[in-house]
Parts: sequence; structure tokens; C-alpha cells
Amino acid sequence: MSVCPGHQEVRKKRMGVWGKFISPMLAAVTDSTEKFGAREANGIVRCDACPVLCRIRPGRSGACSRYANENGALVRTDPLVLLDRTVAEGGAVVPFAANAEDWDGRIFVTAIGAGTTYPDYKPAPFIVGSSHAGVDTVTVVTEGIFSYCGLKVKIDTDRHLGGETAAVRHQGEQIGHVTTAEYGSQMLSLGGVRHLTGGSKREGNVTCAAMLALCDKQAIEVTIDGGSTLTLQAGAAPIVNCQVEQRMRVGCGSATVGIFAQQWQGHVDEVIVVDDHITGVLTEHQAGACLGMRRAGVRVRGRRSTPGRYFQVANPGTGWGGTDVTDPLSIIESIDPALAWPGLRLLLTTTTGEDSLYCELDEALHPVPRPMPDAVAATVERIGENCEPALTSILFMAGAGGSLRAGVTENPILLTRGVRDALVRVTMGGAPCMLWPGGGITLMADVLRLPARAFGSVPTPAIVAPIEFTMRADLFAALGGHAASVVPLARLMAEQGGTARMEGAAHPENPWPGA
Amino acid sequence: MTPQARLLPDGRLHLRDGPSELVIGVDAPVPVRDAAFARAVAAMDGVIAALSAELPALRAPPGAQVFSHPVAQRMATAVRPHVGVFITPMAAVAGAIAEHVLAAIATDPAIRRAHVNNGGDIALHLAPAESLRVGLVRSLAQAAPEGWVEVTHALPVRGIATSGWPGRSFSRGIADAVTVLAERAADADAAATIIANAVDAEHPAVRREPAQALDPDSDLGDLLVTTGVDLLPEAVVNAALDAGARVAEGLRAAGHIVAAVLFCQEQLRVVGHARGEIPGVGR
Repeated sequence: MSVCPGHQEVRKKRMGVWGKFISPMLAAVTDSTEKFGAREANGIVRCDACPVLCRIRPGRSGACSRYANENGALVRTDPLVLLDRTVAEGGAVVPFAANAEDWDGRIFVTAIGAGTTYPDYKPAPFIVGSSHAGVDTVTVVTEGIFSYCGLKVKIDTDRHLGGETAAVRHQGEQIGHVTTAEYGSQMLSLGGVRHLTGGSKREGNVTCAAMLALCDKQAIEVTIDGGSTLTLQAGAAPIVNCQVEQRMRVGCGSATVGIFAQQWQGHVDEVIVVDDHITGVLTEHQAGACLGMRRAGVRVRGRRSTPGRYFQVANPGTGWGGTDVTDPLSIIESIDPALAWPGLRLLLTTTTGEDSLYCELDEALHPVPRPMPDAVAATVERIGENCEPALTSILFMAGAGGSLRAGVTENPILLTRGVRDALVRVTMGGAPCMLWPGGGITLMADVLRLPARAFGSVPTPAIVAPIEFTMRADLFAALGGHAASVVPLARLMAEQGGTARMEGAAHPENPWPGA
Repeated sequence: MTPQARLLPDGRLHLRDGPSELVIGVDAPVPVRDAAFARAVAAMDGVIAALSAELPALRAPPGAQVFSHPVAQRMATAVRPHVGVFITPMAAVAGAIAEHVLAAIATDPAIRRAHVNNGGDIALHLAPAESLRVGLVRSLAQAAPEGWVEVTHALPVRGIATSGWPGRSFSRGIADAVTVLAERAADADAAATIIANAVDAEHPAVRREPAQALDPDSDLGDLLVTTGVDLLPEAVVNAALDAGARVAEGLRAAGHIVAAVLFCQEQLRVVGHARGEIPGVGR
């Protein structure tokens, strides 16, 4: 309930992402000797910022919601985030912005918690003038309300998660779909205007809440129609049907043959790398042929694409190599007696080395499982070593080409052109953005590169995301910028510094977001 | 420690002390308004410290305790009608503070309207012929109102409060939001808590944790509080809302509240008469 809607409410919602807040006025009425807070048992932190003396459990905030226990440290959750260039690596949050005279080039004001102005023709909430390397710059800081936004989710797994275009659901509502798979990864496209506004009210709300949780680096569970149940969290290993995915494959089955052919030669006579997309068969493959390996005559099921490369050896699934195979010998269609020989050493493996089987052919040319020789086991181990940890990575994608631009300039097309021409730098919460070519200001940013709790939502439903436009002061004037609204950084620091959240860069690889 | 006051660009005052975050609006000529704001700051000064000193008694069900601070006394009287269920004076803390600050503001007859919004628990002052529209949310998880109710001078409503599991305080029920209109803010605050607790269902889609596992000093102790609610069957939602509406109707009949609007998932119930535009109710 509120008397008047406004950006205050937007801020409240974002902090709600933190978790449910503690009921007011709870105290440990014990004497506090430490100045600002004290650690207690079980990770509890006592906050001494006011007489209530909240004892706060990890991951939760105090009664005021302005102080929280983040991994045992008392931190401020105030919304306006100032990125402090000099704060040590690791993104430590400092309790208060200390007094300092010269902030230029050292402090970057992010849009997190800046709020929005509505309607947009009003100047953005913060237009900050500073100087960087002797050049006067202006950063326009606002929070965009994005109805047109979505998440591109990359899941490093070979496992079949669901058919292309299959619906992805959260709490029963469709929030997106399975899209084109990439090398070593399955891809989902989540959110977007059709689910936010085109379906039922509940579909919109569930989609918005799911996107917000993922943007905030939280885990959510989704199900794919006719496919798997997944737990997704940016920067964490995907969980497929309750199994934590460990490794991202080294390459497709054919590529695995190409990489390891030389290391197998002399230790085995044939290798089959089982892969739902492209299964590789060593001696038939160009890699084996070039090494002069003798054809083994083991024919696998499926459709032969080129020598030693087979498609559709089985159905997609969560068994070996993204197929539904649990007995790998079942993919062998025939063994040619004219080519194979008793005692032939056969290795079956996947592209991650997580599943493998070593066999030898008996007198009747039937493969018989045998203990794997050490030299062969070492090659399987090598496949595993060459895999990267499987991760879920999430790009937030949104179009900022709409009325939000009017908060920057009276002539919005000039801002679009300035961004196009790379004269205006666009960041989201200080994180770098990829600008999609073509018309508009369509951006993508890695959610892991934004500070914590950078996103919010409004009940439209739509996602609220921070966005900053930084440019030279003369360009800002030339673009028709709201010059009268520029606030010097020093003044902003004087007014907001005491309560703002100060952080180092959210990600060590983020370039300095200022001009 | 004194309250931090800040004038918002739209002329409202943002007053903060400890966990209290008040947004105060006063409709009056600027000098009258500013004097009222000064009285609000003075009234707030020391309240949090005084209540903190009485916390152990405030966190216990109302019994023989004697409270010294007027706000603590007000909290205790506001929850007394509900002693049939578990409740402590803490259920009325936000409303009681809002009432206390409003009383300091409203002493000047030149003020036409005033409101003190303490995190959603609102105390109102209306001069004759005045009215105020108050925003309504379907869920405390939401940021901005979707509807409104109108409070006129003629109505016996000077307090409005909202409770629900997604909100700042713990709730034992599954209501997304229960908004109560009552004569005074502390009464509305206590009643909203009670009604929101009564909107409940046993269902696997409802996640709960002991209050102390979340907040070691919670007045709710080991009682389970709601931490998440997934999609529920419509029949379950309707039954939960009916249970809450029965409690609300009882409080209305006994004269403790004027009206209540209960939201849970896509359903709602209106108890008593509330004039306005309620989300989900046809225009």
C-alpha cells in the first residue's frame, strides 16, 4: 500500500529480492561494545546502527532492510550504488562513503537504485558531471523499465533437455522456450514481451519473477515440456533432473576423435566416441586414416555423414553423451568379420570422459568388457581434464530505444546515433554491454557482471534494470541533453554519499565504466 | 540518535529512524506544513529507543505487563481484542508509530489533510469535506498500486494497514495482501496481521520455516511462518480466503474494523464496504 506510486516503490521491490524482511523492532538487549556491529554464533550479526540492535541471520536483512548480513558481514543495502575504483578486489561493500574532496575518475554513479522519472520527458533522476583524464564527462543515470527484455541462457551440457522450441515452464507457466543448441551447450530463451504481456496475468507475473530471480543470480527450477527438469543459476553448474552437471564436453564426438587420435594409437584398435549430435569412429575417421590405422569394421547405428562421423546413433536423452543409451554396446549395429579380428581392443567413451567402457573382441567377434588398461584410462582422464566446468550463463537482453532516451535528451535519435557511433558509452550497473547491430539500442549484458540486487520489477509486469549513458560534456550538450539538470559529482557525493552503497567493480574484468 | 528527515521533491517528508521509514504528506500552506513536519520529527525523536527498552514485554502476548511509553501502551491496547489467537503488541508497532506521529501533526486546524505512511501502515487526518485516495496492491511483492480506495471525512476510517506473507513482517498465512480499513492505524495494523494469518491452507506448495530460524529474536518463536507460496489449486485459494473473510467479518461485526480487502493469488474477497477501484473487481 502506498499513498503515491513512484520510484521509492521500485526500490522497495528490489530490496525484496533479498528475501523476506525481519519483523520490526526485535532486539537483543545486551550491551554492545563494538561500534558498528558484532558477530555472534551461527553466523548471526548484530547490527548496532540503531537502538533496535537487530540480530540478523546470514542472507537476511534487519528490520529496517537497510542493513543486511551478507556472508557474515554487516553491509548496507541502500540502493544508489557508487562503484569505487579504489576499493580492493572482491567487491567489498564499505559501510559508509567517507568524506573526500575529489571523486572524479574514482567514483562512478551507477543507476542501481536511482529510480526512474515518469513520464520520461523529465530529465533522468541523476545526470552527473565529472571529469575523467581532464575531459569533462556527463553520465546519465536512470533505471529503465523494460517490457521488451529477455534472458539468453546457455547451459553447458550435452544432455538432451527438450526439443527445439519446446516450452520452458516455471510454476506451471510458460516463461520461454528451448532454442538453437550451441557447441557444447543447450540454449534457452526466457522472458520477452510475449510472456510478460501477451499471456495471462499470472503468466506475466511468473515470468517477471523468474527473470528477476535469475538476473539477481538466484537459482530457479524450470521444466521443459517433454524434456528435463532443470535448476538454473547464473555462474553455477546446471542441475539436470537432480544431477549436477560437472563437465562441458571437450568437443563433439568427431572433434574428440580428432584431438585424441594420436594418443590412442598403439593403445587401442578402435574408439567410438558416443555423442548425440556427431558420434566419432576412430579408424574410419579421417584422423585415424591419416595415422594409417587399420579399419576395425565396427559399424555403429545411425546415419553416416562423412567417414567416421555418424548422426542419430540413438535417441536424445540423458544417458551416454546426450543420447538415451545406457548400454553403449547397443549402438553397435554390426561388426564386419572381414575386417575385425579376435582380441581387437575397443574403447567406448563420451566427449566428457564421464562414461567409458573398454572391451576386447572374443573369438566370435563379440565385444567383451575387460578391465581398462592404465594407458587407456589415462586418455579417458585426459578427455576429462580438457573439459571446462559446466556452467549456466545468462545474458540479459533488452531494448533501450524507447522513451527512456527522452530522459537523456530532447532529441532521442541523436542519443541512438551517439551510441551507434561509440561516442556514448552504455553500461548497466557499471557492467559493459554488447550493442546489437542495426536499429535501436538493443543491449546484452552478463548478469554476473552487475552488482548484487541490481534489478527490480514493476507490476506492469516489466523488469527494471539500471542503465547509464556516459559521454563527453560537449557531446551531451550537442545531443540536446538536459544540461540544466547536470549535478556535479562532488555535490551528489555530499548529498548521497552517506547513504549510498559503495562497491568495487562487480566483476574483475569489467572495464572502468566512466568515459 | 535523532531521526533523519529529508524533504522529497514532491513536498512530502521522508523520516527515518532505525527500522521506521515514514513518508508524511501534509496538505497545508508551506509554513504550516513545515511547522507540522518539525512537530513530526520531534514526535519521532526517542520513540525507537524507548520501544527498544520495552522490547521483552512487547514481544510477549498481552497480559499483566505495564508499559511506560504511550506508543507501547497503544500497541498493547490495539492487540487486546485479539487475545483469542497468538498475538503480541509487536503486531501493531508500525500502525502505533504512524498514529503517534500523526497526532503531533494534526494539532493545527489549518491542515486540511495529512497522512503518515509507516511502511504501508497509514494514519490519516481529514478535515471536514476532505477525502484521500489510498493505493491498493494485490500483493506485497508488488511495487506499485493497481487500484485504490477512497477515504472520506464522513467515513470512520483514519487507519489503513496491509499485511501479507511477501511483506516485511512475518505472516503465518498465505495471503498476498490483506488491506484493512479501521478507525485508527494501530487497530488496522493488528487486524491486518490477524486476518492475513487466517488466510491459510495446508498444501505442499506452501513453504514455511520456524520464525526463529529466520530471525533469532522473533516474537513468533518457533511458530511456522510462510516463506514461499507456489501456484495453488483455485479451490484451496478460495477456501483460504473464505477462512480469512470469516475472521474479517467477525472483526467488522464487533466494530474493530470498517472494511477489509483480501488478496490471494488471482482471487479476492471484500468484507464491508470499501469505495474505490479494487483490482480484480469489475468496474
